[in-house]
Amino acid sequence: MEQTELRTKLIETLAEEFEVDSTDIKGSDPLMETLGLDSLDMVDVVVIIEKNFGVVLSQDSFKGVVTFDDFIALLESRMK
Amino acid sequence: MKRVVITGLGIFSSIGNGVDEVRQSLREGRSGIGMSQARVDLGYRSPLTGILPEINLKDILDRKSRLRYAEHGVYAYMAVREALQMAGIDDAYLKANEIGIIMGNDSSAKAVIEGIDVIREKNNTQFVGSGNVFQVMNSTLSMNLAVSLGLKGVSFSVSAACSSSSHAIGLAATLIRSGIQERIICGGAQEVNEYSVSSFDGIAAFSMRKDEPQKASRPFDVGRDGLVPSGGGAAVMVESLESALERKATILAEIVGYGVSTSGEHLTIPTSEGPYTAMKRALNDAGIEPEAVDYVNAHATSTPLGDANEAEALSKLFAGTRPYVSSTKSMTGHELWMAGASEIVYSTLMMMDGFIAPNINLEEKDPKAATLNIPTEAVEKQIDIVLSNSFGFGGTNAALVIKKI
Repeated sequence: MEQTELRTKLIETLAEEFEVDSTDIKGSDPLMETLGLDSLDMVDVVVIIEKNFGVVLSQDSFKGVVTFDDFIALLESRMK
Repeated sequence: MKRVVITGLGIFSSIGNGVDEVRQSLREGRSGIGMSQARVDLGYRSPLTGILPEINLKDILDRKSRLRYAEHGVYAYMAVREALQMAGIDDAYLKANEIGIIMGNDSSAKAVIEGIDVIREKNNTQFVGSGNVFQVMNSTLSMNLAVSLGLKGVSFSVSAACSSSSHAIGLAATLIRSGIQERIICGGAQEVNEYSVSSFDGIAAFSMRKDEPQKASRPFDVGRDGLVPSGGGAAVMVESLESALERKATILAEIVGYGVSTSGEHLTIPTSEGPYTAMKRALNDAGIEPEAVDYVNAHATSTPLGDANEAEALSKLFAGTRPYVSSTKSMTGHELWMAGASEIVYSTLMMMDGFIAPNINLEEKDPKAATLNIPTEAVEKQIDIVLSNSFGFGGTNAALVIKKI
């Protein structure tokens, strides 16, 4: 999957699951604040990613992930 | 001792969504029973169940709450919201004043089973998701509602089988009487999904009258052959008389008596002595004689032994007097953990509107109930005092007395 395609799919998937408007979300936006997530919601992010991308993450995977770009980079590295 | 009054009612059940639909169903003697294909597919002996009105969860709860509320948690939420609205308690009042919550609940089967299924499949606990933990605990109702409503008073759930929510109301009244709390929203809820009380089916507790679902729940009838599981959510706003007067709330009824006992003999076989003791204690607590009771909302679940023993206890308690007796379970089925609360809602509605709901499907009375005055059609009558019974597995018995004020 190309990075642009991955970025679009990730943002749209998360926005739909967490019921926010994806239109204005940029890669540099902070992940948790933009989606309104707390630490418990990150468990659901793990579930959503496994279901939609087939990638198994854990809570520890998110160390250093602040923005959507960070998350996309993490996902790309796990999909290689 | 403070006086305790009811100022709000909420109900979501097989006979209606909200008090307006439910009071109409009670008057008309409408059955809420049907069949569940999912239960057939799972191999149940009996697929009979209460059929609840359809709801759209997204219209009721936000995303996070939908993850954290079990099926019956949603029903409880709806009922509690309705009761608070009827009581004239809005979000600003909830924020500024201490209100407690006590809910009756004794299972959360679907959440447990689906969570474990995920763990078995994925071999990884995190795939259960963030909400499951708040659905599976027995305190799921009080826990979630306390946070959703921002409550600051007492918060716990009561597990006592089919008398759970009767005890929840009794305990709430006790705390208010003693001055420990001023206002408590209480009630109970019961899941109706295909996993709910499945083991009851295994021990042949359910009616097998599959060809006539709406005639299957027939308390006190000689042809009864078991209960019909049902559910939903029921809520009652209770507060001290002083609190209600200060808020200028409309007072619907007063809780004047709470009686308890435990039969202590058998897990499933009820006695007549235990229920008799609970009823007698409730009347003593209320300071009234049996002659003063206008209506008894019986526990009678349509099981052969349970109804017979309750009839025996009622006949003994009301020897020489004949209050009306009916089991609203003839219409609703057995609402289990929620039954004690829903039946206080039903009884209060009857008290408010001046009628007694029928015991439908009573075609030939059990000889043990021969002296009981059981109406098969709605009776127009002002009722001032109601006795409401709830008995559960393990012999846990509760009786509540409410009075018109």
